[in-house]
Amino acid sequence: MASFYGFEPKSRLFLGTAQYPSPAILTEAVKASGVEIVTVSLRREAGEGGAGQAFWSLIRDLGVRVLPNTAGCHGVKEAVTTAQMAREVFGTNWIKLEVIGEDDTLQPDVVGLIEAARILTNDGFEVFPYTTEDLVVGGRLLDAGCEVLMPWGAPIGSGRGLNNVYGLRSMRAHFPGIPLVVDAGIGLPSHAAQAMELGYDAILLNTAVAKAGDPVRMAQAFARAIEAGRGAFEAQPIEARDMAAPSTPVMGKAFLS
Amino acid sequence: MTLLLNGEPREVAATTLDQALAELGYAGKVVATAVNGDFVPARKRETVTLAEGDRIEVVAPMQGG
Repeated sequence: MASFYGFEPKSRLFLGTAQYPSPAILTEAVKASGVEIVTVSLRREAGEGGAGQAFWSLIRDLGVRVLPNTAGCHGVKEAVTTAQMAREVFGTNWIKLEVIGEDDTLQPDVVGLIEAARILTNDGFEVFPYTTEDLVVGGRLLDAGCEVLMPWGAPIGSGRGLNNVYGLRSMRAHFPGIPLVVDAGIGLPSHAAQAMELGYDAILLNTAVAKAGDPVRMAQAFARAIEAGRGAFEAQPIEARDMAAPSTPVMGKAFLS
Repeated sequence: MTLLLNGEPREVAATTLDQALAELGYAGKVVATAVNGDFVPARKRETVTLAEGDRIEVVAPMQGG
C-alpha cells in the first residue's frame, strides 16, 4: 500500500466535500465508498450564524483524515497564509497546495507552487502539491521537500478524464517510488480506472461524485473502479499490439477446406 | 475604531484581536485569523494591538475539493 506521509489508507479514493445536495448525502457517500481521506477548505466566517462550525462537526463525526486545500489562491503569500490558517483550524500538517495561475483552466502556477511548497515544507507542513504532469516541475517539487505529487487529469471540474495519458505514463515511469495521485478532471469511473491501470497510487475527485444524479452510488462505483484498476496494474497487463494474435491455438485445427 | 472584518467595515471598542473576536461574536468558535494579510495564531491574538482600518480575516472550515 502506498504511504502518504506515513499514512497508508486502505482506500485509494480521496474525496472532496463540496457541492453535494446535502450534508447527509456527503456523509453517506463517504461511508458507502470506504473513503478515508477527504479534502476540506476555509472560507470567511460570520460572527453570528456562520456555517463553518456545523460543517466541521460533521467532518469530525466521519472519523476520516482531512486534507485541507488552498483552493482559489493565486499567489504564494496567499497560499502560504491560507495553509497556516488551515493547520491551526484542522489540526493537521497536511496541505493540498493549490496556487492557481490561470482562471480559464485553473491550471497551477507551477513556479509559485514550487516556491510555496518550499516555504511550507520548511515550516513543517506535509505538502500534497496540485501540479501538472511536467517532469521537471515534479522534480523541483520533490527537491522542495514534497513526498507526494498530484498531477491533474484535466482542468478542475471539467470531467474530461485523462487529457495527457502519455504525460501521466511518463510521470509514473520517471518517479517510480513516489506516491502519485491524479487530482482533478475525472468524470467517470473508467477515467479513474485508467489512471490506476497506469500505476497511479490514488485518485482525488469531487465534482464527478457530488454532482452525479446519485452521489452515493457514484462514490461506490468510483471505489470499485479504482480497486479494479489497481488490481489490473498489479496483475501486469499485456502490451497492446497493432496486429491480431490468435488466442485459440492453431496447432491441431482440423483441415476442412 | 473601524475595522474591516472580512471586507466589511465594523465598529469595535476592542483594542486587541482577541477582544475584537469576542466582541464580534466569535467566542468559542473554531476559526483562524489574519491581520493585514498575515496569519495570527490563536495563542498570539491577545498580543496583537489593532489600529484604525486594520483588515481582519476570520475563516472557518468549509466544504472543499
